[in-house]
Amino acid sequence: MEAAINVKNIVKKFGDFTAVDDVSFTVERGEIFGLLGPNGAGKSTIIRMLTTLIPPTSGTAEVDGIDVVKNPDGVRKVIGVIPQALTSDLELSVYENLLIFAKLYGVPREKRNALIAGLLEQVELTKWANEQVKKLSGGMRRRVEIARGLVHQPRVLFLDEPTTGLDPVSRAAVWEMVRKIKAQHELTVLLTTHYMDEADNWCDRIAIVDHGHLMALDSPIRLKASIPGTNTIEASFGDAPANWHTQLEALPGVERVTGDASVARIATDNGPETTTALMSTAAHAGVRVLSLAVQSTSLDDVFVHYTGRQLRDALQEPSAADKSVMINRGR
Amino acid sequence: MYRTWAIVERELRRFRRSPMLIVMSLVMPIIQLVVLGYAFGGQVKHLKVGLVDQDHGVPAVRLHELSNAVAANANTFTPLMYNDLGAALGDLRNGHLNGVLAIPPDFSRRQLAGDAPRVALIEDNTDNFVSASLAGAYSGLIASYNQPAAAPQRVSQETTLDVVEMYPYVPYIQYLLPGSIVMSIFMMVMIGGGIIFVDDKARGLHEGYLVTPITRLELILGFNLSGAIKAVLAGLVLMTIGSLIAGVPNPFDPLRLVRMFVVILVTAFALVSMMFLLMVRVNDPLIPRATFGLLNTFLYFPSGAVYPTQAFPGWMRVISRIDPFTYAVHAFKSLLLKNTGFGAIGYDLLYLMLFSLVSMTLATKLFRRTL
Repeated sequence: MEAAINVKNIVKKFGDFTAVDDVSFTVERGEIFGLLGPNGAGKSTIIRMLTTLIPPTSGTAEVDGIDVVKNPDGVRKVIGVIPQALTSDLELSVYENLLIFAKLYGVPREKRNALIAGLLEQVELTKWANEQVKKLSGGMRRRVEIARGLVHQPRVLFLDEPTTGLDPVSRAAVWEMVRKIKAQHELTVLLTTHYMDEADNWCDRIAIVDHGHLMALDSPIRLKASIPGTNTIEASFGDAPANWHTQLEALPGVERVTGDASVARIATDNGPETTTALMSTAAHAGVRVLSLAVQSTSLDDVFVHYTGRQLRDALQEPSAADKSVMINRGR
Repeated sequence: MYRTWAIVERELRRFRRSPMLIVMSLVMPIIQLVVLGYAFGGQVKHLKVGLVDQDHGVPAVRLHELSNAVAANANTFTPLMYNDLGAALGDLRNGHLNGVLAIPPDFSRRQLAGDAPRVALIEDNTDNFVSASLAGAYSGLIASYNQPAAAPQRVSQETTLDVVEMYPYVPYIQYLLPGSIVMSIFMMVMIGGGIIFVDDKARGLHEGYLVTPITRLELILGFNLSGAIKAVLAGLVLMTIGSLIAGVPNPFDPLRLVRMFVVILVTAFALVSMMFLLMVRVNDPLIPRATFGLLNTFLYFPSGAVYPTQAFPGWMRVISRIDPFTYAVHAFKSLLLKNTGFGAIGYDLLYLMLFSLVSMTLATKLFRRTL
């Protein structure tokens, strides 16, 4: 059986700027696949190419075995897209929003109402079906969008930052629903997110994208194992001698020490052993340990390892959405 | 006070960095000044008068010559010769002529005999500005025609001008109504069409359409049909309420309602397709709002909705030639003020349909199915 998504050497250029540079990956059926990267890394551009919104400059991409350039309408029939911006019609009710999209997707009349009712049940909005969307909270609106993206029973679901701007409870609810729906509908899910803990918890595999390049691709566990250290020890010290940094590096299991003599961040492949040795070495040298914290390597560390720490500050054109907000502020 | 200045400073700094707002707020009044300045009170010219000479005597020919002289110099009207009074009156009714000057068969005999000769000026008085100019021009003409005549006697030897009005008096509010109906259609096209269209695009709502298997043509038709339906509804409401307010005689004449509906429909499509052409590539929500005011001034006033186009300077007559408002206003005036049939507005309908076709074709070419 072919992969749900198959991207080969895809490139997207906007004028001289290369937003996506020679990216290849496959997403297996039934996977939840996360696309991570800093702002402007090219995540949205990849999603937009896969969802036929913009054509690639070169390379090929297939969704459910269908080429996005040669047969975009074929792709559109098998994908559900939940964009980053909340784009449901605020004036229409939850049910009406779903109904319009069912019609846009050509869902047969006799299947429509049962499908919509089922989806509303799954996103727990049955009670609010006839309320205008503008009366719903952010988390509820996001669930309307999720139901809307599923109204034609797609095989592949694209979610662009599904939990951005939601409170922790709503975020958890959205993930729970995505996972449940995925299992029930035999879906493949491709999503982007900024929340590393979410990606770690929910994604089967993760691709890290930066500057339009694919930097790493694997399961969260393997990604965490791929960078130096399995634990990170953060400690601060008093009365540290001049060679304290070197002494720390000599401790058993230590792979890397960053920071200075008074506050250090120690990457180690054996947290307990290094910590025990650290305490006795400090006692011998007369160094006071002011604070100590041992953590497992998180996806945050993986992210920073592959994308670096510098901010991606760049000027941008004012987006049309910004202007819309400026004008509609009074409404 | 210090804090007050902070607010003032903030507002002025922002103001300076929004060149579009500054330009619009200065350009709008200037454009209004120019357009409105020439739209009202200009001298009415280029009127068409049918000349029916049933006499053919020498005095009648002198009257023609005098008419031609006025046409050549003052340009107030152009005389067109008709052999048949019926044909001339038919053209007057259909709006091809603004007036008909009838010289009766016994004009020369009475003129030579000094026996109260008369000529008749039959006017289309649905436009008071036009009919007043025409009557004025002809009074002057007859006065100069009479100049060499002898001192007045008991039975007038001088030619008298009888002014005949074709229609009952048309109050100005009725004269304005056709323009208001077109305006209601335009407003709905602008607010319910252009502004929402670009706002939805900016909010990303159109992406929602683009990821569905909808075809390009289905999308374009959907946008335009919905805009046209809203605009037709606005036109129908204004036609009904406006007719009652303005006191149009017999406002619910079924035959006229049907004709009005056709004109509203055709006008709605013309304006919707114009809007779609203007906004098809626009992503900035400021643009439809700015365009709104400009178009309002540029389309409404030069259309003849408030003052006859015959009084406009050349450049404004060019605008009114292209302006779809002109044709819609003319058609509504024919139907509402003269109760004509389709014959009198066929040209208007044809222009509006061609205008829609051209705008739609261009807009379709510019429309993009991808982002």
